[in-house]
Amino acid sequence: MPKDQNLDLGSLVEPDRVHKACYADEEIFEQELKNIFHKSWIYIGHESQVPNPGDYWTTWVGKERMIICRAEDGQVHVLYNRCPHRGALICNNLHGNSGNKKSFRCPYHAWQFAMDGSLRNLPMKEGYDGIIDLKDPQLQMKPAERQGNYRGFIFASLSEDGPDLETWLGGGKVAFDDICNRSPEGEAEIVANCFRIVQHSNWKIFLENQLDAVHPSITHHSTGDAAADMQKVYKKKTGEDAPMGYQFLADFTLPFEKWDSLDTIGHPNGHTVLEGYMGLRPTDAVTQAHEKVLTDAYGEDRMNEILDTKVHHVLVYPCLSVQPPLQQLRAVRPLAANKTLTEIWHFRLKGAPEGIYDRSLAYYYHVNAPSTMVNADDLNNFRACQDGLRLEGGGDWVSLHRNVGQDPVKDGVTTSVTGMSEQPMRNMFAAWKKYMTNEGSA
Amino acid sequence: MPKDNVLETSADTQRAVEQFLYSQAEILDERRWADWLGLFTDDGKYWMPADPEQTTGERLPNIFYEDVYLMDMRIRRVKHPYAHSQMAGHRTSHTVSNVIIQSEDEASGGVVCTSRFHMVEYRLDDQRYFGGKYTHTLKKNEDGYNIQLQRVDIANVEGPFDFVMQVWL
Ligand code: FES
Ligand SMILES: [Fe+2]
Repeated sequence: MPKDQNLDLGSLVEPDRVHKACYADEEIFEQELKNIFHKSWIYIGHESQVPNPGDYWTTWVGKERMIICRAEDGQVHVLYNRCPHRGALICNNLHGNSGNKKSFRCPYHAWQFAMDGSLRNLPMKEGYDGIIDLKDPQLQMKPAERQGNYRGFIFASLSEDGPDLETWLGGGKVAFDDICNRSPEGEAEIVANCFRIVQHSNWKIFLENQLDAVHPSITHHSTGDAAADMQKVYKKKTGEDAPMGYQFLADFTLPFEKWDSLDTIGHPNGHTVLEGYMGLRPTDAVTQAHEKVLTDAYGEDRMNEILDTKVHHVLVYPCLSVQPPLQQLRAVRPLAANKTLTEIWHFRLKGAPEGIYDRSLAYYYHVNAPSTMVNADDLNNFRACQDGLRLEGGGDWVSLHRNVGQDPVKDGVTTSVTGMSEQPMRNMFAAWKKYMTNEGSA
Repeated sequence: MPKDNVLETSADTQRAVEQFLYSQAEILDERRWADWLGLFTDDGKYWMPADPEQTTGERLPNIFYEDVYLMDMRIRRVKHPYAHSQMAGHRTSHTVSNVIIQSEDEASGGVVCTSRFHMVEYRLDDQRYFGGKYTHTLKKNEDGYNIQLQRVDIANVEGPFDFVMQVWL
């Protein structure tokens, strides 16, 4: 639905409500790409995704198509996926290796580029003699304006200026710290499988849902019940406890009081954290083995500090949903106002016991795979929201009133008064407003 | 592993296997969930690899990897009155073809067979298509077969997927 012409972008966001045009208007969406996705830092991939020289994966920053690749000297580069000759997409596969020559070869006229984007060779060079130097910048594949690496997680910014990656991440850094710290080597390694799911809804609806503690026991009622039933059936039939995956699923119908006791923390730039202890530190043999390798590496105090970190879910605004204790990461790629691609990954903790990986894999399967019994109902709600928000009639605003004005703020960081507060949505929209009205990142 | 030369099997076996595959597709399309579960052996698995090169589903990402317990759970979810995304009409229609018996165990009567399928799925005023290959490991019982392993390799395995798959293909 087109926004009222008299509304300026800033007036679409009020402290306790936002205008539906923020989700449904294509012009506003285009503006979001320019002001948010091209100005902030966007997650591109993990350095372990391209372990060998010549390896590449392709992805998106807004509607821009990007390549992450590794050069012969080991450097990781982020390039625009565009041939400087006549503009063809250079990498037409999701991922691959550029071959023995470690060169990208354009499928159209065979210009060849080193993995840093520089032009290496092309057929019938003499046609350019005395006309243009083949080293001219306009003949090279263009790297992202800026590139950053935080603990192996590679980001790009399509803006020449702005805060550096670490400053910009601020409170969002915990997403990566809490993954890496759980490894006795301090490093994560990506599992080379990307589930890609298209949501028929606005990218913000996905992010808002992730820290919405009111929805799980309602949206996921059927799955939580079925999982809890099966835990009983399994025990009865086999005499053993059901595998951990069932508990992940049963947890989705925790009673409201449980969700209420969690906290959400709103950091500057829209990064938002769900804090709470979701029973991820059991006392089974796998956990004990994990404790041991961490104690050997860091000492007992530090091991306890690491495993007691109360971070359940982190949103790095505008591009990531990360669940560090289970090493899950979902990247958000907006394709249109009503269409969002999610790229879904999980990680291994280097040096951690295999059983820790099994947990990560179980969560990846049950919650994030294309056969998920959890996100099926989320995606259905997202689609329903989008379909409702694009209606002309029926009202213009979206309510974010729950507990507004009650969440304590200290040094620019907001802590929700209850886990159910719509603080996360308000925090993200505060950042949205800043970006969209050109006040930049905080 | 599939082979290029066609195994010589009796017309009876060929027919019995084909009839079994057709009826398993019918069971899915008619949403006869208890019958579906009954098709599998106690250690039976439904497996859709995330990578066509996969030779095992263990300790690897999969699109589906379900034993009879997980299948039972999926059935309970789909039938639950609050399975919101299942409330709008949901229908599927399978066609199974190209049935080839890849190997037959003379002693037990078990077979490994491959086939191709098309499936259309209707939901929310929209229809989408899946196509791919089944590889069935079937165990012989008194009146037919049970599925020990149903491997499903879909053509669009890399996705991206519009929405997700809520029931088996
Ligand atoms: S368009 Fe790439 S070589 Fe011509
Ligand atoms: Fe959800």
